[in-house]
Amino acid sequence: MGNAIQVNNLSVSYYGNQILNKVSFNMESGRLIGIIGPNGAGKSTLMKGMLGLIPTDCGTVTIDGKNVRSMRKAIAYVPQRATIDWDFPITVLETVVLGTYPSLGLFKRPGKKERAWAHECLEKVGMESYAHHQIGELSGGQQQRVFLARALAQQAEYFFLDEPFVGIDVTSEALIIGLLKELRDEGKTAFVVHHDLTKVKSYFDDLIIVNREIVGAGTVENVMQPETMKRAFKSQYSLWDSLEVASS
Amino acid sequence: MSFIQDIQNYEFLQKALFTAIIVGIISGVLGSFIILRGMSLMGDAISHAVLPGVAISYMLGISYFYGAVVFGLMTAFGIGFITQNSRIKNDTSIGIVFSAFFAVGIILIGKANTSTDLTSILFGNVLAVRDSDMWITLGVGIFVLSIIALFFKEFLISTFDPTLAASFGLSNKWIHYGLMVLLTLVTVASLQTVGIILVVAMLITPAATAYLLTNRLSHMIFISSVLGAVSATIGLYISFIYNWPSGAAIVLVTTAFFVTALLFSPKHGIVWRTLKVRKNKTAVGQ
Repeated sequence: MGNAIQVNNLSVSYYGNQILNKVSFNMESGRLIGIIGPNGAGKSTLMKGMLGLIPTDCGTVTIDGKNVRSMRKAIAYVPQRATIDWDFPITVLETVVLGTYPSLGLFKRPGKKERAWAHECLEKVGMESYAHHQIGELSGGQQQRVFLARALAQQAEYFFLDEPFVGIDVTSEALIIGLLKELRDEGKTAFVVHHDLTKVKSYFDDLIIVNREIVGAGTVENVMQPETMKRAFKSQYSLWDSLEVASS
Repeated sequence: MSFIQDIQNYEFLQKALFTAIIVGIISGVLGSFIILRGMSLMGDAISHAVLPGVAISYMLGISYFYGAVVFGLMTAFGIGFITQNSRIKNDTSIGIVFSAFFAVGIILIGKANTSTDLTSILFGNVLAVRDSDMWITLGVGIFVLSIIALFFKEFLISTFDPTLAASFGLSNKWIHYGLMVLLTLVTVASLQTVGIILVVAMLITPAATAYLLTNRLSHMIFISSVLGAVSATIGLYISFIYNWPSGAAIVLVTTAFFVTALLFSPKHGIVWRTLKVRKNKTAVGQ
Protein backbone atom coordinates (compact mmCIF):
# COMPACT_ATOMS: atom_id res chain seq x y z
CA MET A 1 0.00 0.00 0.00
CA GLY A 2 1.92 2.99 1.33
CA ASN A 3 1.40 6.62 0.39
CA ALA A 4 -2.11 6.71 1.70
CA ILE A 5 -4.07 7.84 4.71
CA GLN A 6 -6.16 5.08 6.19
CA VAL A 7 -8.77 5.59 8.87
CA ASN A 8 -10.38 2.47 10.30
CA ASN A 9 -13.42 2.35 12.59
CA LEU A 10 -12.61 5.64 14.30
CA SER A 11 -15.14 6.45 17.04
CA VAL A 12 -15.06 9.51 19.29
CA SER A 13 -17.38 10.50 22.11
CA TYR A 14 -17.58 13.43 24.53
CA TYR A 15 -19.01 12.66 27.97
CA GLY A 16 -20.78 9.59 26.62
CA ASN A 17 -22.27 11.33 23.57
CA GLN A 18 -21.05 9.71 20.42
CA ILE A 19 -19.77 12.32 17.96
CA LEU A 20 -18.21 10.02 15.40
CA ASN A 21 -19.44 6.50 14.82
CA LYS A 22 -17.04 3.97 13.27
CA VAL A 23 -15.61 6.25 10.63
CA SER A 24 -13.54 4.55 7.96
CA PHE A 25 -12.03 5.88 4.76
CA ASN A 26 -8.98 5.67 2.61
CA MET A 27 -7.45 8.67 0.87
CA GLU A 28 -4.53 8.90 -1.51
CA SER A 29 -1.68 11.27 -0.71
CA GLY A 30 -0.69 14.18 -2.95
CA ARG A 31 -4.25 15.45 -2.97
CA LEU A 32 -6.15 18.46 -1.69
CA ILE A 33 -8.91 16.98 0.42
CA GLY A 34 -11.95 18.81 1.81
CA ILE A 35 -13.76 17.61 4.90
CA ILE A 36 -17.31 18.93 4.72
CA GLY A 37 -20.57 18.38 6.52
CA PRO A 38 -23.32 20.27 8.34
CA ASN A 39 -22.81 22.10 11.66
CA GLY A 40 -22.13 19.72 14.53
CA ALA A 41 -21.34 16.87 12.14
CA GLY A 42 -17.98 16.25 13.79
CA LYS A 43 -15.68 17.69 11.12
CA SER A 44 -13.17 19.22 13.55
CA THR A 45 -13.53 16.21 15.82
CA LEU A 46 -12.65 13.95 12.90
CA MET A 47 -9.52 15.99 12.21
CA LYS A 48 -8.45 16.03 15.87
CA GLY A 49 -9.25 12.34 16.20
CA MET A 50 -7.15 11.52 13.15
CA LEU A 51 -4.21 13.40 14.66
CA GLY A 52 -4.60 11.84 18.10
CA LEU A 53 -5.24 15.24 19.72
CA ILE A 54 -8.34 14.01 21.55
CA PRO A 55 -9.06 10.65 23.19
CA THR A 56 -10.74 8.21 20.82
CA ASP A 57 -12.97 5.27 21.76
CA CYS A 58 -11.55 2.95 19.15
CA GLY A 59 -10.11 2.87 15.67
CA THR A 60 -6.76 3.24 13.98
CA VAL A 61 -5.26 5.93 11.78
CA THR A 62 -2.23 5.23 9.65
CA ILE A 63 -0.26 7.38 7.24
CA ASP A 64 2.03 5.57 4.83
CA GLY A 65 1.23 2.44 6.85
CA LYS A 66 2.64 4.02 10.03
CA ASN A 67 0.86 5.16 13.19
CA VAL A 68 0.11 8.93 13.14
CA ARG A 69 1.93 9.43 16.43
CA SER A 70 5.18 8.29 14.87
CA MET A 71 4.54 10.60 11.89
CA ARG A 72 4.25 13.83 13.93
CA LYS A 73 7.23 15.53 12.32
CA ALA A 74 5.64 15.06 8.90
CA ILE A 75 2.35 16.64 10.00
CA ALA A 76 1.47 20.33 10.27
CA TYR A 77 -1.77 21.21 12.02
CA VAL A 78 -3.47 24.62 11.88
CA PRO A 79 -6.05 24.92 14.68
CA GLN A 80 -9.18 27.06 14.45
CA ARG A 81 -8.49 30.75 14.92
CA ALA A 82 -11.05 31.00 17.72
CA THR A 83 -8.89 28.89 20.07
CA ILE A 84 -6.01 31.40 20.18
CA ASP A 85 -5.37 34.16 22.74
CA TRP A 86 -4.72 37.07 20.37
CA ASP A 87 -3.45 39.32 23.18
CA PHE A 88 -0.51 36.98 23.79
CA PRO A 89 2.80 38.88 23.78
CA ILE A 90 4.25 37.33 20.63
CA THR A 91 5.19 38.83 17.27
CA VAL A 92 4.26 37.50 13.85
CA LEU A 93 7.81 36.28 13.18
CA GLU A 94 8.06 34.50 16.55
CA THR A 95 4.73 32.80 15.85
CA VAL A 96 6.13 31.38 12.62
CA VAL A 97 9.38 30.35 14.37
CA LEU A 98 7.24 28.08 16.59
CA GLY A 99 6.86 25.91 13.49
CA THR A 100 10.55 25.06 13.61
CA TYR A 101 10.36 23.65 17.17
CA PRO A 102 9.77 19.97 16.31
CA SER A 103 12.96 19.93 14.22
CA LEU A 104 15.01 21.55 17.01
CA GLY A 105 14.67 18.96 19.75
CA LEU A 106 14.91 19.40 23.50
CA PHE A 107 16.94 22.26 25.04
CA LYS A 108 17.85 23.81 21.68
CA ARG A 109 16.80 27.38 21.01
CA PRO A 110 15.81 28.70 17.60
CA GLY A 111 18.67 30.72 16.12
CA LYS A 112 19.45 32.84 13.07
CA LYS A 113 18.83 29.97 10.69
CA GLU A 114 15.36 29.31 12.05
CA ARG A 115 14.44 33.01 11.99
CA ALA A 116 15.64 33.38 8.40
CA TRP A 117 13.57 30.35 7.39
CA ALA A 118 10.52 31.72 9.21
CA HIS A 119 10.97 35.00 7.33
CA GLU A 120 11.03 33.10 4.05
CA CYS A 121 7.77 31.39 4.99
CA LEU A 122 6.23 34.76 5.82
CA GLU A 123 7.20 36.00 2.35
CA LYS A 124 5.34 33.07 0.81
CA VAL A 125 2.10 34.23 2.43
CA GLY A 126 2.85 37.92 1.71
CA MET A 127 3.15 38.88 5.37
CA GLU A 128 6.87 39.72 5.66
CA SER A 129 6.21 43.43 6.25
CA TYR A 130 4.26 42.53 9.40
CA ALA A 131 7.06 40.41 10.91
CA HIS A 132 7.44 42.54 14.02
CA HIS A 133 3.79 43.26 14.68
CA GLN A 134 2.01 41.68 17.62
CA ILE A 135 -0.34 38.99 16.24
CA GLY A 136 -3.45 40.67 17.64
CA GLU A 137 -2.84 43.69 15.41
CA LEU A 138 -3.62 41.67 12.27
CA SER A 139 -6.95 41.11 10.56
CA GLY A 140 -8.52 37.65 10.56
CA GLY A 141 -7.25 36.83 7.09
CA GLN A 142 -3.74 38.01 7.91
CA GLN A 143 -3.72 35.89 11.08
CA GLN A 144 -4.72 32.85 9.06
CA ARG A 145 -1.91 33.53 6.58
CA VAL A 146 0.59 33.72 9.45
CA PHE A 147 -0.69 30.37 10.71
CA LEU A 148 -0.23 28.89 7.26
CA ALA A 149 3.32 30.31 7.24
CA ARG A 150 3.92 28.53 10.55
CA ALA A 151 2.69 25.27 9.01
CA LEU A 152 5.03 25.85 6.04
CA ALA A 153 7.89 26.40 8.50
CA GLN A 154 7.32 22.86 9.77
CA GLN A 155 8.32 21.49 6.34
CA ALA A 156 5.63 18.87 6.67
CA GLU A 157 4.33 16.38 4.14
CA TYR A 158 0.76 16.40 5.46
CA PHE A 159 -1.21 19.55 6.29
CA PHE A 160 -4.36 19.62 8.41
CA LEU A 161 -6.27 22.92 8.45
CA ASP A 162 -9.34 23.35 10.65
CA GLU A 163 -11.82 25.89 9.17
CA PRO A 164 -9.10 28.16 7.71
CA PHE A 165 -11.58 30.25 5.70
CA VAL A 166 -13.93 31.27 8.49
CA GLY A 167 -14.21 35.05 8.87
CA ILE A 168 -11.40 35.99 6.50
CA ASP A 169 -11.19 38.33 3.51
CA VAL A 170 -11.39 37.22 -0.13
CA THR A 171 -7.75 38.04 -0.92
CA SER A 172 -6.44 35.93 1.97
CA GLU A 173 -8.74 33.06 1.04
CA ALA A 174 -7.53 33.09 -2.57
CA LEU A 175 -3.90 33.28 -1.45
CA ILE A 176 -4.28 30.39 0.97
CA ILE A 177 -6.07 28.09 -1.47
CA GLY A 178 -3.44 29.00 -4.11
CA LEU A 179 -0.65 28.01 -1.74
CA LEU A 180 -2.38 24.77 -0.81
CA LYS A 181 -2.67 23.91 -4.51
CA GLU A 182 1.04 24.64 -4.95
CA LEU A 183 1.83 22.31 -2.06
CA ARG A 184 -0.38 19.66 -3.63
CA ASP A 185 1.50 20.04 -6.92
CA GLU A 186 4.74 19.45 -4.99
CA GLY A 187 3.29 16.13 -3.84
CA LYS A 188 2.11 17.19 -0.37
CA THR A 189 -1.29 16.31 1.04
CA ALA A 190 -3.69 18.76 2.66
CA PHE A 191 -6.87 18.09 4.61
CA VAL A 192 -9.10 21.14 5.01
CA VAL A 193 -12.21 21.35 7.20
CA HIS A 194 -14.63 23.52 5.23
CA HIS A 195 -18.29 24.43 5.49
CA ASP A 196 -19.04 26.52 2.40
CA LEU A 197 -20.44 24.21 -0.27
CA THR A 198 -20.31 26.70 -3.14
CA LYS A 199 -16.55 26.59 -3.72
CA VAL A 200 -15.99 22.93 -3.02
CA LYS A 201 -15.61 21.95 -6.67
CA SER A 202 -12.99 24.56 -7.48
CA TYR A 203 -11.04 24.08 -4.24
CA PHE A 204 -10.64 20.36 -3.68
CA ASP A 205 -9.61 17.20 -5.53
CA ASP A 206 -11.23 14.84 -3.05
CA LEU A 207 -13.96 15.13 -0.49
CA ILE A 208 -14.87 13.46 2.76
CA ILE A 209 -18.49 14.18 3.63
CA VAL A 210 -19.14 13.55 7.27
CA ASN A 211 -22.26 13.66 9.41
CA ARG A 212 -21.47 11.66 12.54
CA GLU A 213 -20.48 8.94 10.10
CA ILE A 214 -18.99 8.92 6.63
CA VAL A 215 -21.62 9.88 4.06
CA GLY A 216 -19.20 9.81 1.17
CA ALA A 217 -15.48 9.81 0.48
CA GLY A 218 -13.68 10.00 -2.85
CA THR A 219 -13.10 12.37 -5.74
CA VAL A 220 -15.22 15.51 -5.84
CA GLU A 221 -17.07 14.34 -8.99
CA ASN A 222 -17.98 11.00 -7.46
CA VAL A 223 -19.01 12.34 -4.09
CA MET A 224 -20.90 15.52 -5.04
CA GLN A 225 -24.05 13.63 -6.06
CA PRO A 226 -27.46 15.10 -5.18
CA GLU A 227 -28.44 12.04 -3.17
CA THR A 228 -25.27 12.06 -1.05
CA MET A 229 -25.48 15.78 -0.44
CA LYS A 230 -29.11 15.48 0.56
CA ARG A 231 -28.28 12.71 2.99
CA ALA A 232 -25.46 14.73 4.59
CA PHE A 233 -27.22 18.06 4.75
CA LYS A 234 -30.64 16.70 5.61
CA SER A 235 -31.45 19.38 8.15
CA GLN A 236 -30.62 22.19 5.73
CA TYR A 237 -32.52 20.47 2.92
CA SER A 238 -35.67 19.71 4.90
CA LEU A 239 -36.76 23.33 4.57
CA TRP A 240 -36.64 23.01 0.79
CA ASP A 241 -38.53 19.75 0.93
CA SER A 242 -41.35 21.25 2.92
CA LEU A 243 -41.52 24.24 0.56
CA GLU A 244 -41.75 21.90 -2.42
CA VAL A 245 -44.57 20.01 -0.75
CA ALA A 246 -46.43 23.22 -0.01
CA SER A 247 -46.17 24.51 -3.60
CA SER A 248 -47.26 21.26 -5.21
CA MET B 1 22.30 57.70 52.02
CA SER B 2 21.80 56.19 55.41
CA PHE B 3 19.97 53.14 54.06
CA ILE B 4 23.04 52.13 52.08
CA GLN B 5 25.23 52.64 55.18
CA ASP B 6 22.79 50.57 57.20
CA ILE B 7 22.98 47.78 54.63
CA GLN B 8 26.77 47.84 54.95
CA ASN B 9 26.54 47.80 58.73
CA TYR B 10 23.78 45.30 59.45
CA GLU B 11 24.05 41.72 58.31
CA PHE B 12 20.31 41.10 58.81
CA LEU B 13 19.57 43.85 56.33
CA GLN B 14 21.95 42.38 53.75
CA LYS B 15 20.26 39.01 54.07
CA ALA B 16 16.82 40.57 53.83
CA LEU B 17 17.72 42.54 50.72
CA PHE B 18 19.36 39.55 49.03
CA THR B 19 16.39 37.28 49.76
CA ALA B 20 13.81 39.85 48.71
CA ILE B 21 15.58 40.49 45.39
CA ILE B 22 15.75 36.77 44.56
CA VAL B 23 12.06 36.42 45.37
CA GLY B 24 11.30 39.43 43.19
CA ILE B 25 13.20 37.95 40.24
CA ILE B 26 11.84 34.39 40.36
CA SER B 27 8.25 35.38 40.98
CA GLY B 28 8.52 37.88 38.14
CA VAL B 29 9.74 35.22 35.73
CA LEU B 30 7.30 32.49 36.75
CA GLY B 31 4.46 35.00 37.16
CA SER B 32 4.69 35.86 33.44
CA PHE B 33 3.68 32.32 32.55
CA ILE B 34 1.10 32.19 35.32
CA ILE B 35 -0.84 35.24 34.15
CA LEU B 36 -0.65 34.29 30.46
CA ARG B 37 -2.10 30.87 31.28
CA GLY B 38 -4.91 32.49 33.25
CA MET B 39 -3.74 30.79 36.45
CA SER B 40 -3.48 33.78 38.80
CA LEU B 41 -6.02 32.26 41.17
CA MET B 42 -3.99 29.07 41.23
CA GLY B 43 -1.04 31.03 42.66
CA ASP B 44 -3.29 32.37 45.39
CA ALA B 45 -4.62 28.90 46.11
CA ILE B 46 -1.26 27.20 46.41
CA SER B 47 0.17 29.91 48.62
CA HIS B 48 -2.72 29.57 51.08
CA ALA B 49 -2.83 25.81 50.96
CA VAL B 50 0.79 25.33 52.09
CA LEU B 51 -0.14 26.44 55.62
CA PRO B 52 -0.88 22.95 57.02
CA GLY B 53 2.45 21.81 55.55
CA VAL B 54 4.23 24.58 57.44
CA ALA B 55 2.48 23.59 60.68
CA ILE B 56 3.24 19.89 60.31
CA SER B 57 6.89 20.69 59.57
CA TYR B 58 7.10 22.59 62.86
CA MET B 59 5.54 19.65 64.69
CA LEU B 60 8.04 17.24 63.14
CA GLY B 61 10.91 19.63 63.70
CA ILE B 62 11.93 19.70 60.02
CA SER B 63 12.35 22.66 57.68
CA TYR B 64 8.98 24.12 56.68
CA PHE B 65 10.16 23.81 53.10
CA TYR B 66 9.35 20.06 52.89
CA GLY B 67 5.88 20.23 54.38
CA ALA B 68 4.94 23.23 52.27
CA VAL B 69 6.06 21.58 49.03
CA VAL B 70 4.03 18.44 49.80
CA PHE B 71 0.85 20.41 50.50
CA GLY B 72 1.37 22.73 47.54
CA LEU B 73 1.52 19.75 45.19
CA MET B 74 -1.46 18.06 46.86
CA THR B 75 -3.44 21.22 46.19
CA ALA B 76 -2.45 21.35 42.52
CA PHE B 77 -3.38 17.71 41.99
CA GLY B 78 -6.57 18.00 44.05
CA ILE B 79 -7.79 20.94 41.99
CA GLY B 80 -6.88 19.17 38.75
CA PHE B 81 -8.67 16.03 39.91
CA ILE B 82 -11.94 17.79 40.76
CA THR B 83 -11.95 19.81 37.54
CA GLN B 84 -11.30 16.79 35.34
CA ASN B 85 -13.64 14.36 37.07
CA SER B 86 -16.72 16.47 37.74
CA ARG B 87 -18.73 19.25 36.17
CA ILE B 88 -17.31 21.74 38.69
CA LYS B 89 -15.42 24.55 36.93
CA ASN B 90 -11.78 25.29 37.64
CA ASP B 91 -12.20 28.52 39.67
CA THR B 92 -14.76 26.84 41.92
CA SER B 93 -12.60 23.80 42.61
CA ILE B 94 -9.68 26.14 43.35
CA GLY B 95 -11.83 27.94 45.93
CA ILE B 96 -12.99 24.74 47.58
CA VAL B 97 -9.61 23.04 47.80
CA PHE B 98 -7.50 25.94 49.02
CA SER B 99 -9.93 27.14 51.67
CA ALA B 100 -10.19 23.59 53.04
CA PHE B 101 -6.39 23.28 53.29
CA PHE B 102 -6.11 26.78 54.74
CA ALA B 103 -8.68 25.93 57.42
CA VAL B 104 -6.76 22.77 58.34
CA GLY B 105 -3.61 24.89 58.51
CA ILE B 106 -5.12 27.43 60.90
CA ILE B 107 -6.13 24.64 63.31
CA LEU B 108 -2.75 22.90 63.05
CA ILE B 109 -0.77 26.10 63.60
CA GLY B 110 -2.69 26.58 66.84
CA LYS B 111 -1.76 23.05 67.93
CA ALA B 112 1.83 23.24 66.73
CA ASN B 113 2.86 25.34 69.72
CA THR B 114 5.53 27.07 67.75
CA SER B 115 7.60 30.07 68.57
CA THR B 116 6.85 31.45 65.13
CA ASP B 117 3.36 32.84 65.32
CA LEU B 118 0.68 32.78 62.65
CA THR B 119 1.15 36.44 61.83
CA SER B 120 4.70 36.08 60.55
CA ILE B 121 3.73 33.11 58.36
CA LEU B 122 0.70 34.90 56.99
CA PHE B 123 2.37 38.23 56.41
CA GLY B 124 6.07 37.40 56.27
CA ASN B 125 8.91 39.30 57.85
CA VAL B 126 11.90 39.52 55.61
CA LEU B 127 13.86 41.53 58.18
CA ALA B 128 13.92 38.41 60.36
CA VAL B 129 15.19 36.12 57.59
CA ARG B 130 17.55 33.40 58.75
CA ASP B 131 20.58 31.97 56.95
CA SER B 132 18.76 28.72 56.19
CA ASP B 133 15.81 30.61 54.66
CA MET B 134 18.16 32.64 52.52
CA TRP B 135 19.92 29.56 51.16
CA ILE B 136 16.62 27.81 50.47
CA THR B 137 15.43 30.85 48.54
CA LEU B 138 18.67 30.97 46.56
CA GLY B 139 18.54 27.23 45.81
CA VAL B 140 14.92 27.43 44.70
CA GLY B 141 15.72 30.48 42.60
CA ILE B 142 18.54 28.78 40.72
CA PHE B 143 16.45 25.64 40.21
CA VAL B 144 13.35 27.48 38.94
CA LEU B 145 15.30 29.73 36.59
CA SER B 146 17.26 26.81 35.11
CA ILE B 147 14.11 24.77 34.49
CA ILE B 148 12.42 27.71 32.77
CA ALA B 149 15.52 28.42 30.69
CA LEU B 150 15.85 24.77 29.64
CA PHE B 151 12.18 24.26 28.76
CA PHE B 152 11.40 27.79 27.57
CA LYS B 153 10.26 26.57 24.13
CA GLU B 154 7.90 24.01 25.61
CA PHE B 155 6.43 26.44 28.16
CA LEU B 156 5.95 29.10 25.49
CA ILE B 157 4.18 26.87 22.99
CA SER B 158 1.93 25.14 25.50
CA THR B 159 0.93 28.52 26.94
CA PHE B 160 0.30 30.23 23.61
CA ASP B 161 -1.22 27.42 21.59
CA PRO B 162 -1.89 24.19 23.53
CA THR B 163 -3.47 22.50 20.51
CA LEU B 164 -0.34 23.09 18.45
CA ALA B 165 1.76 21.84 21.35
CA ALA B 166 -0.31 18.64 21.43
CA SER B 167 0.12 18.21 17.67
CA PHE B 168 3.90 18.40 18.25
CA GLY B 169 3.53 15.51 20.69
CA LEU B 170 4.04 17.61 23.84
CA SER B 171 1.99 16.78 26.92
CA ASN B 172 0.16 19.89 28.11
CA LYS B 173 -0.82 18.03 31.25
CA TRP B 174 2.77 17.37 32.29
CA ILE B 175 3.79 20.91 31.44
CA HIS B 176 0.91 22.13 33.62
CA TYR B 177 1.95 20.02 36.58
CA GLY B 178 5.59 20.96 36.01
CA LEU B 179 4.61 24.61 36.33
CA MET B 180 2.61 23.76 39.45
CA VAL B 181 5.74 22.30 41.01
CA LEU B 182 7.66 25.47 40.18
CA LEU B 183 4.79 27.58 41.51
CA THR B 184 4.83 25.68 44.80
CA LEU B 185 8.59 26.13 45.11
CA VAL B 186 8.40 29.86 44.43
CA THR B 187 5.55 30.22 46.92
CA VAL B 188 7.56 28.49 49.59
CA ALA B 189 10.61 30.59 48.82
CA SER B 190 8.52 33.76 49.14
CA LEU B 191 6.90 32.87 52.47
CA GLN B 192 9.50 34.63 54.59
CA THR B 193 9.53 37.73 52.40
CA VAL B 194 5.90 38.55 51.77
CA GLY B 195 4.00 35.84 53.62
CA ILE B 196 1.25 33.48 52.49
CA ILE B 197 -1.41 36.13 51.95
CA LEU B 198 0.63 38.38 49.68
CA VAL B 199 2.66 35.87 47.64
CA VAL B 200 0.16 36.10 44.82
CA ALA B 201 0.83 39.84 44.46
CA MET B 202 4.55 39.20 43.85
CA LEU B 203 3.62 36.59 41.26
CA ILE B 204 1.06 38.50 39.26
CA THR B 205 1.44 42.25 39.76
CA PRO B 206 4.94 42.75 38.24
CA ALA B 207 4.06 40.30 35.45
CA ALA B 208 0.80 42.12 34.73
CA THR B 209 2.67 45.43 34.69
CA ALA B 210 5.19 44.04 32.20
CA TYR B 211 2.32 42.63 30.11
CA LEU B 212 1.03 46.18 29.65
CA LEU B 213 4.45 47.42 28.53
CA THR B 214 5.56 44.99 25.83
CA ASN B 215 4.40 42.68 23.07
CA ARG B 216 7.11 40.05 23.40
CA LEU B 217 7.25 37.28 25.95
CA SER B 218 11.04 37.44 26.42
CA HIS B 219 10.83 41.20 27.11
CA MET B 220 7.85 40.67 29.39
CA ILE B 221 9.78 38.16 31.50
CA PHE B 222 12.78 40.47 31.71
CA ILE B 223 10.75 43.57 32.66
CA SER B 224 8.69 41.56 35.13
CA SER B 225 11.72 40.20 36.95
CA VAL B 226 13.41 43.62 37.06
CA LEU B 227 10.21 45.16 38.43
CA GLY B 228 10.03 42.38 41.02
CA ALA B 229 13.59 43.00 42.18
CA VAL B 230 13.23 46.81 42.18
CA SER B 231 9.92 46.63 44.08
CA ALA B 232 11.50 44.32 46.63
CA THR B 233 14.37 46.76 47.18
CA ILE B 234 12.21 49.88 47.45
CA GLY B 235 9.66 48.05 49.59
CA LEU B 236 12.36 46.87 51.95
CA TYR B 237 13.69 50.42 52.21
CA ILE B 238 10.25 51.79 53.10
CA SER B 239 9.68 48.94 55.51
CA PHE B 240 13.00 49.66 57.26
CA ILE B 241 12.63 53.45 57.40
CA TYR B 242 8.97 53.68 58.41
CA ASN B 243 8.77 50.38 60.28
CA TRP B 244 6.04 49.01 58.00
CA PRO B 245 5.47 45.26 57.57
CA SER B 246 7.92 44.31 54.80
CA GLY B 247 5.51 42.18 52.74
CA ALA B 248 2.86 44.87 52.62
CA ALA B 249 5.40 47.55 51.72
CA ILE B 250 6.82 45.48 48.83
CA VAL B 251 3.37 44.67 47.50
CA LEU B 252 2.31 48.33 47.53
CA VAL B 253 5.39 49.26 45.52
CA THR B 254 4.50 46.66 42.88
CA THR B 255 0.98 48.09 42.86
CA ALA B 256 2.30 51.61 42.33
CA PHE B 257 4.25 50.41 39.28
CA PHE B 258 1.16 48.64 38.00
CA VAL B 259 -1.09 51.70 38.31
CA THR B 260 1.51 53.83 36.54
CA ALA B 261 1.68 51.35 33.64
CA LEU B 262 -2.10 51.02 33.53
CA LEU B 263 -2.43 54.77 33.04
CA PHE B 264 0.67 55.66 31.03
CA SER B 265 1.84 52.55 29.16
CA PRO B 266 2.80 53.79 25.66
CA LYS B 267 0.80 51.08 23.89
CA HIS B 268 -1.96 50.10 26.27
CA GLY B 269 -2.20 53.04 28.72
CA ILE B 270 -5.66 54.35 29.55
CA VAL B 271 -4.57 58.01 29.40
CA TRP B 272 -3.15 57.89 25.86
CA ARG B 273 -6.08 55.88 24.62
CA THR B 274 -8.60 58.33 26.03
CA LEU B 275 -6.70 61.27 24.53
CA LYS B 276 -6.58 59.51 21.16
CA VAL B 277 -10.30 58.77 21.19
CA ARG B 278 -11.03 62.40 22.07
CA LYS B 279 -8.75 63.62 19.28
CA ASN B 280 -10.44 61.34 16.75
CA LYS B 281 -13.83 62.57 17.87
CA THR B 282 -12.88 66.21 17.35
CA ALA B 283 -11.30 65.27 14.01
CA VAL B 284 -14.63 63.98 12.74
CA GLY B 285 -16.24 67.13 14.11
CA GLN B 286 -18.27 65.87 17.04
